[in-house]
Amino acid sequence: MAGPATDSGSSAESTYRSARIPLLVPTWVMIGVFLVLPVALMAVYSFLTKEMRGGVIWEFSLAAYDQFFVNRGLFGDEPASLEWTYINVFARSIAQAGIATVLCLLIGFPTAWFIATRPPETRGVWLFLITVPYWVNLLIRTVSLRFLIRENGPLNDALMGAGVISQPLALINTDFAVQLGLFYSYLPFMVLPVYAAVERYNFTWSEAAADLYASRWVVLREIVLPIVKPGIIAGCLLVFIPSLGAFLAPNLLGGAKSFMIGSLIDEQFKKSLGNWPFGAAVSMILMSLVLILLLLYARSTARQERP
Amino acid sequence: MALRSVRHYPGFFSVALICLIILYAPLVVVMIYSFNASPSLTNWGGVSLRWYFDVFTGPEAPRFKAAAWNSLTIAILASTIATGIATAAALAMLRSGKFKGRSLTFALINLPLMVPEIVIAVATLIFFTMVGITTGYLTILIAHITFCIPFAYLPIAARLQGIDGSYEAAARDLYATRLQSFFLVLLPLLAPGVVSGFLLAFIISLDDFIITNFVKGAGMETLPTAIFGSVKQGIKPNIMAISTLMLAVSILFVTLSYLINRKGRKGP
Repeated sequence: MAGPATDSGSSAESTYRSARIPLLVPTWVMIGVFLVLPVALMAVYSFLTKEMRGGVIWEFSLAAYDQFFVNRGLFGDEPASLEWTYINVFARSIAQAGIATVLCLLIGFPTAWFIATRPPETRGVWLFLITVPYWVNLLIRTVSLRFLIRENGPLNDALMGAGVISQPLALINTDFAVQLGLFYSYLPFMVLPVYAAVERYNFTWSEAAADLYASRWVVLREIVLPIVKPGIIAGCLLVFIPSLGAFLAPNLLGGAKSFMIGSLIDEQFKKSLGNWPFGAAVSMILMSLVLILLLLYARSTARQERP
Repeated sequence: MALRSVRHYPGFFSVALICLIILYAPLVVVMIYSFNASPSLTNWGGVSLRWYFDVFTGPEAPRFKAAAWNSLTIAILASTIATGIATAAALAMLRSGKFKGRSLTFALINLPLMVPEIVIAVATLIFFTMVGITTGYLTILIAHITFCIPFAYLPIAARLQGIDGSYEAAARDLYATRLQSFFLVLLPLLAPGVVSGFLLAFIISLDDFIITNFVKGAGMETLPTAIFGSVKQGIKPNIMAISTLMLAVSILFVTLSYLINRKGRKGP
């Protein structure tokens, strides 16, 4: 490790002052033109009129948001009421992502704790083992899981062979399979930030509490959890946010009933059936949800950093 | 005694083991079944390499070869360009003093991590359709460069933060030009970060399915979109062979990155 940066290096800290603009231009251009501008365009698209064969007509319209929120009956002549179809898709996605997050926390916290209390040499090996799956292609991991939990798949074979069950478990194409898939996809995202928080935890606090006759679980609940909470929240966000917009897990593991936001958006851009403004509007709503979550998170961490 | 007990919680070791089993079981199972001689998915017909031969010579081989070529070249180009852009950005962010718009630039760099993937996919599709770029290869490449930037940036910036400015200051005092001090002094010190950033970006590019699937256009496939297309008709043994090959590539990369990082940490 290099020593801490010293103030005497203030000239070194601004070595590239004169080159700052040219150094930053590529980033500004790439992300500005190919991400910020497209998102802005998407916002515009969500207020346009749909074309029947995919694409849009440049005419202002609230039809996309109307379709999302307002129910006017099959022929559009009934009194307007709240449309539940798409709100339900969002609610189900939030529930699925939420359950996956809780599963990740239940498995991820003890794992992170266990790793952080190993001697430093073994920690590296454990962390390595936890991160390897993250580097493996998500599609391949999801396909592998699908193969494993299939009706005649290895998991059912093994369980039936061991006599644990007599009928194969109907796991595939269920909501549970989707939760399992999301959990499996994003588990490392929970373990790593929680590990980072536990590693910084000062165990003498636990010892002090234990000396005052607090039981282990009381120590965990009253002392450890409040202190490592920032790591837990970061982990929950890192699991919840990608789960919310996930496409592969619901698509490959879930059944028709496990339809989530990702599939809803995807369908709007399939050639003939599509409705681009509606797809753009659903994307806008999803993005707003995520950004609100991130803002709340940023505000809560900013508050914590202030003494 | 107290020290041991406050660190140790009963059952946590078992949960950690379960965690590893869950993470690896599907991968190990697919790896084993990729060597299955039987074309049936359920029965074990002995060990064979036939599905690996099938991947390279079977009826789907040309499709997979083209897709693999696209995936590989896009990943190499996108991660190289993203690493260059990210290195430049890291220099400006950490070595050019305080400036107005620094936090905005930081937010911009991290934006691809904050916007959900499917939203990036939709926005990029709309953008390319409007601009009229329909060449699948180019659209995929541009999209990949963009979302690879933060992944390349993170390890590079982390590394740069740990390098004391005095090395470069010393070089400059000894009349090295800025380019010389960058290439001869800073870059060798920064190399582990740059390599990690490149490897991470490479894997992220190779991994991407959603964004690629949206912007690729007709007739253009990368490995993930080709595999997805095949899997939709049911998992076949050749898919397991491809998966195992990709798995091997990923593990090779993560091991490389781990070793480089460990070596880098022992450095200055």
